[in-house]
Amino acid sequence: MTRRLVLAPWTYSFIVALAMWIATTAYSGIGSAGSTLAAALAFGAFSVVIGTGQMLVIAAGSGNIDLSVPSVLTLAAYVSMAVMTGHDGMLVPGLVVALLVGAAAGALNFLAILLLRLPPIIATLAWSFVFQSFAFNLGGEATLKPPALLSAFTVWAPGGIEIMPLCVMGLTAAAVFVLRSTLWGRSLLASGQSEPAARLAGVRVWRVRLIAYAGCGTLAALTGFLLAGFSGGAALNMGDAYLLESIAVVVLGGTSVAGGRANAVGIWGAALFFNLMATMLNTFRIEAGIRLMLTGALIILIIAIVPKPRAA
Amino acid sequence: MSDAARWSGLRAGRQRLRDAADIALPATALVVMLAVIFWIRPAAMSYFGFSLLFKLSTPLMFAALAQMLVIMLGDIDLSNGAFVGLVTCISALYLGPQPMLAVALFLLAIAAYAGFGLLIHVRQLPSIIVTLGLSFVWLGCGVTLLPGPGGTAPDWLIGFMNWRPPLMPLPIWLAILAALAGHFVISRSSYGAVLRGAGGNPRTLQRAGWSIAAVKTGVYAAAGALACLAGVLLTGLTTSGDPNVAPAYTLLGVGAVILGGGSFSGGFVSPIGTVIGALTLSIAGSLLSFVQVPPTWQIGAQGVILFLVLAGRVLLSEKAP
Repeated sequence: MTRRLVLAPWTYSFIVALAMWIATTAYSGIGSAGSTLAAALAFGAFSVVIGTGQMLVIAAGSGNIDLSVPSVLTLAAYVSMAVMTGHDGMLVPGLVVALLVGAAAGALNFLAILLLRLPPIIATLAWSFVFQSFAFNLGGEATLKPPALLSAFTVWAPGGIEIMPLCVMGLTAAAVFVLRSTLWGRSLLASGQSEPAARLAGVRVWRVRLIAYAGCGTLAALTGFLLAGFSGGAALNMGDAYLLESIAVVVLGGTSVAGGRANAVGIWGAALFFNLMATMLNTFRIEAGIRLMLTGALIILIIAIVPKPRAA
Repeated sequence: MSDAARWSGLRAGRQRLRDAADIALPATALVVMLAVIFWIRPAAMSYFGFSLLFKLSTPLMFAALAQMLVIMLGDIDLSNGAFVGLVTCISALYLGPQPMLAVALFLLAIAAYAGFGLLIHVRQLPSIIVTLGLSFVWLGCGVTLLPGPGGTAPDWLIGFMNWRPPLMPLPIWLAILAALAGHFVISRSSYGAVLRGAGGNPRTLQRAGWSIAAVKTGVYAAAGALACLAGVLLTGLTTSGDPNVAPAYTLLGVGAVILGGGSFSGGFVSPIGTVIGALTLSIAGSLLSFVQVPPTWQIGAQGVILFLVLAGRVLLSEKAP
C-alpha cells in the first residue's frame, strides 16, 4: 500500500513549479497568473528543446554528456542568420542549414569520443572551443538580425494560445514515443543500462550513440535558431546560460545520470521550475546574489529529497 | 619466491611503467610548447621569461589538484571555479583588515565543502548535479559579498606572489613542491592507497574496516582547502576579488587531470601529471599568441591543442594495454 504513495521522481519539479506559480500569483495578484505562466512556457520551451537533446546523450550511458551545446546553439544561430540575411523567403533554407550544422557538430563530438577514446566531458569541451571560434569569426561582436517572420512565429499566440511552446510539447511527445516504441530508442536505453549486455544482444552501440549525439547537436541548433528569432538576433553569449541549465533540467526531470533511464516529460517540469523560480524571485525583488544561492540550494534540495530512480 | 609474489612484483613494475607513460604525455606536450616559444622568442628563456610565462599557472594548478582529489573519488566537481571566485572575494575583502574573520570564513567554506561531499556519499547523489547546484550557491555568496570586481589583496600576499626566490621562479618552485607533496601522499603513502581505493574499489576498502564516509568527507575537505589556496594565490596575482574571475578553472582543471593521466572511473589519478597538465594548459594561451594565431581563432586553437595532446593517449594505451 505504501508503494502507491511514492510519487514518481519527475513529478517533484512539477509540484515545486506549481508552488512557485501560486506564490508569485499570491504576491502580485490573480490578474498576473496568466501572463506569468505564458512567459514561463515561452522561456521554458527553449530549455526543453535543448534539454531533450542533452537527455538523449545522458541516457546513452554513464559519463556521456555534451558540454558543447551552448556553442553549437550559438554557431547554428549565427550560420542560419547569415544564410537568411533577414529575408523571410530564406526561412526554410536557414532552418535546414542550422539543423545540419547541429547534426554535424554532434557527430564530430561523438567521433572524437570514439576515435580518440576521450571522456565525453573532455571531447565535447574541446569541440566547444572550436565551435565558439567559428561563431566568433562568422559574426564577431555584431548581432545578426533574424527575419521578421521567424520573430513573429516565436511569439505567435492566436487566441492567447502560444504556438511555439505547443510545438515543443509536440517534440516532447515525439521524444517519448521514440524512446518507448522505436528500435533506436530501446537500443539507446539498453546501451545506457549495460553496454556489454546491449552489445551481446546485437545492438550496435556506437551507431546508437552517434545518433544520440547528432540528435543532441540538432536540437541545440534548433534552440539557437528559435532563440535568435525570439530575442532579436544571434549574439555571442546567447548560449552561455544553457550549459548548466540543459544538464540541470534533464537530471531534475528524472533522467538518471548513470544512463539507461530517460524521462522526456519531466524536462518540462524542471524547465518550468527554473523559469517560474526566476520570475518569483524577481517579483519578490530579491538580490541577485541571494537569488543564485536559492537556485543552487533548491537544485540540491530537490535532487536530495527525490527518491532514487533505482532503488536496488 | 612464490608465484604470487613474483606476479605482484611484475604487476608493480608494469604499474610503474604506466605511471611513467601517463606523465610522459603532458610532459612532452609541455616541452614541445616551450621549445616553440623559445624558438620564436629566445629572450623568453630566462628567469624573468619563465616567471611571466607561468605566472598564471599557480592558482590553476592548485584548483586542478583539488579537482583531482574529487575525480579520484569517482566524482566530478563542477563548482570548483565558482568556489575559487568566492575565495577571491573573501580574501580581497577581509584578509587584509580582519585576517581572523577571513580564516574563519575559509574554514566555514571548507566545512561546507566537506558537508556536501558527505551528502553526496550518504544519499548516493550524482556529484555532477550537486556540484552544479553548489556552483550557483558559491557564485551567489560571492556576488552577495562583492557584487563586482573590487577589494584589495593584502600587501604581504601581493609581495609573496611577486617574490623572486633563488634558482627558479616562484611558480616553478610551487609546481615542484605541489607535485612532490601530492606524489608522496597520493601515489606513494599507504594512506594514499586508501584514498584511491575509496574511488576505485570502495567495497574492498569497507571490508578492510575503513569508513568510506569518513574518507570521502576528508578528501572533499582537502579539495576545499586546495581550492581555497588557489583562490588566495589568485587574489595575490589579480590584487582584487571577483566572484566571476575563475569559471574557466572548473573545466580547465578537469582537463589538466585527464591530461595528466587521470580517469573518471575513480582511483586513477596522478598528482605529478595533473601539475604538468595544468602548466601545459596555462601556457597554451601564451603559445598561441607567440605563433600569432589571430585572437578570434585562439579559443578554437586551444581546443585543437587539447585534441592533439590527448590523441597521444590513444597511441600510448595501444602500446601498453
